[in-house]
Amino acid sequence: MLGYALRRVLSAIPIALIAVTACFFILRLAPGGPFDGDRALPPDTLANLRAHYNLDQPLLVQYVIYVGRLLQGDLGPSMVFTDFTVSEMLAIGLPFTLMLGFSAFIVATAVGLVVGALAAVNQNRWPDYVLVLLAMVGLVVPNFLLGSLMQLAFAVYLDWVPAGGYVNGSLIHLVLPITVLALPHAGRIARLMRGSMIEVLGTNYIRTARSKGLGTRLILARHAIKPALIPVVSYLGPGLSYLLTGSLVVESIFALPGIGKYFISAALNRDYGLVLGTVILYMFIILALNLLVDVVYAWLDPKVRYR
Amino acid sequence: MAGITAKDAVLTGYAEKLATLDAPKGRSLTQDAIRRLVRNKAAVVSVVLLVLIVLFAFLGPYLLPWSYDKIDWSAIRKPPDFQKGHVFGTDQNGRDMLARVMQGTQMSLIVAGVATLVSVCIGIVYGAVAGYFGGRVDAVMMRFVDIMYALPYILFVIILVVIFGRNPVLLFVGIGCLEWLTMARIVRGQTLSIKEREFVEAARAGGAKPFAIILRHIVPNLTGPVVIYATLTVPEIIITESFLSYLGLGVQEPQTSLGTLISFGAPVAESLPWMLLTPAAVLVTLLLCLTFIGDGLRDALDPKDR
Repeated sequence: MLGYALRRVLSAIPIALIAVTACFFILRLAPGGPFDGDRALPPDTLANLRAHYNLDQPLLVQYVIYVGRLLQGDLGPSMVFTDFTVSEMLAIGLPFTLMLGFSAFIVATAVGLVVGALAAVNQNRWPDYVLVLLAMVGLVVPNFLLGSLMQLAFAVYLDWVPAGGYVNGSLIHLVLPITVLALPHAGRIARLMRGSMIEVLGTNYIRTARSKGLGTRLILARHAIKPALIPVVSYLGPGLSYLLTGSLVVESIFALPGIGKYFISAALNRDYGLVLGTVILYMFIILALNLLVDVVYAWLDPKVRYR
Repeated sequence: MAGITAKDAVLTGYAEKLATLDAPKGRSLTQDAIRRLVRNKAAVVSVVLLVLIVLFAFLGPYLLPWSYDKIDWSAIRKPPDFQKGHVFGTDQNGRDMLARVMQGTQMSLIVAGVATLVSVCIGIVYGAVAGYFGGRVDAVMMRFVDIMYALPYILFVIILVVIFGRNPVLLFVGIGCLEWLTMARIVRGQTLSIKEREFVEAARAGGAKPFAIILRHIVPNLTGPVVIYATLTVPEIIITESFLSYLGLGVQEPQTSLGTLISFGAPVAESLPWMLLTPAAVLVTLLLCLTFIGDGLRDALDPKDR
């Protein structure tokens, strides 16, 4: 078990390194640079700026410098927000982004499981049809559209919640963003749960349980729910990473103070340091999550360890 | 006739009867699949709606008196009005929303088609090659897919926008180049099992070259999963496109797409709600149809995987 976990961690290292390399070079190959403003800078100033950020060196040298710093945990300076380093900017935005992502994750998983199980128990009756349709709508309506529609309905017409912005510690500002972020995830979990639950309910051991006279609730609680959860667990990892990247969008719709706010403008301004820093941070979060899911899976199912 | 036994007589009689009757009709696998698809009501309704939307987007503009960039100075910021012919209302510049929604749907469909085609082509070739050659080639190729998976998709798309700037076609070829990962995985899995089958062995024994085997014998057998997954890729790309346009990075004025329309409609939704609601309704209907069709196809082509 420990050996398997260790092997997985070791195999993630080259992946991370290659991905960092790919990001670095793709970003540098794009035309334009961080100092192409509306007004051209005087050549001397430009040369000094480029020298300050090592942009005058050959690309390979820059890459070596960057990776060297990265290994020491230094993501370098931001080239547009000159008062901050990339690490500082990420440290400001990250806690909020993570909080948003994880809250949405918990809400969505809980709602999705309940909806999926309810639909499966009522298979092919009207509650099933209604719930399946709702899950489908949650799944296909894109974040930004859902966000706009909900702002219009609940913030403008009904005036129940604020349309955007964030005051520290205020829960009501988070209701809409979390709902919008959570819905697609909840829809997918509900569909997975419904499918696997229907399959489980058709198995022989459930029939046995029924034939020995157990009530429906007892059967569900004791025999059906646990095995039905297995396919859902395998989606939780990708689902969480999807929510964390998806929160960039939601943050920009609802004007929330997370990483998302800076990333898009940084990409357009060619703020190499900030874009690379964000991509690398996200990549590490995703890799770590995948690793965690793999290890949990190996713990649940010993066959996986030897593959 | 001499020598006819009772048994022969029965058999002859049976044979004659068979000859006069029509031969029992066999059903091919495709016919079975179509039969199952037709029984799925949601999928049939979705197909009909999708055809209507496609007609709406591609033929509609020819039937309207307004073009998508023509300004009607007498109707600026007007709500839907049937007498004047602005069925979906007009925008702040007096352009007919119906014409703009048609043009936007057309753009979204074209872009999604291009990107899906690119992703399907790359995915099939990549997955089939990895699966067919197996061993070290497979390990290296799939490791690369793992790495691509680890990169945050949206961030990469935004970087692509930065590289390709404002050329929508190139941009969506680029997005297609990012979307092929799952397709490659699916195709590889299928190829691994197909390449062990006898007809592939026979082709190899007949001296066919690996790439000929992949193209002639393996790829045609992948049709089912590829069609299913491609149908599910289209809505994903439409979402990506509309998201980029929403951020102002995708299709540019006066050209428009559903995402662009929504992004212009969202800020003014309070006073001019039809500018948000009409493109939103088309987008949601389109996405729901495509998803239902994808689901229906999966159930029809792959009944064991329900």
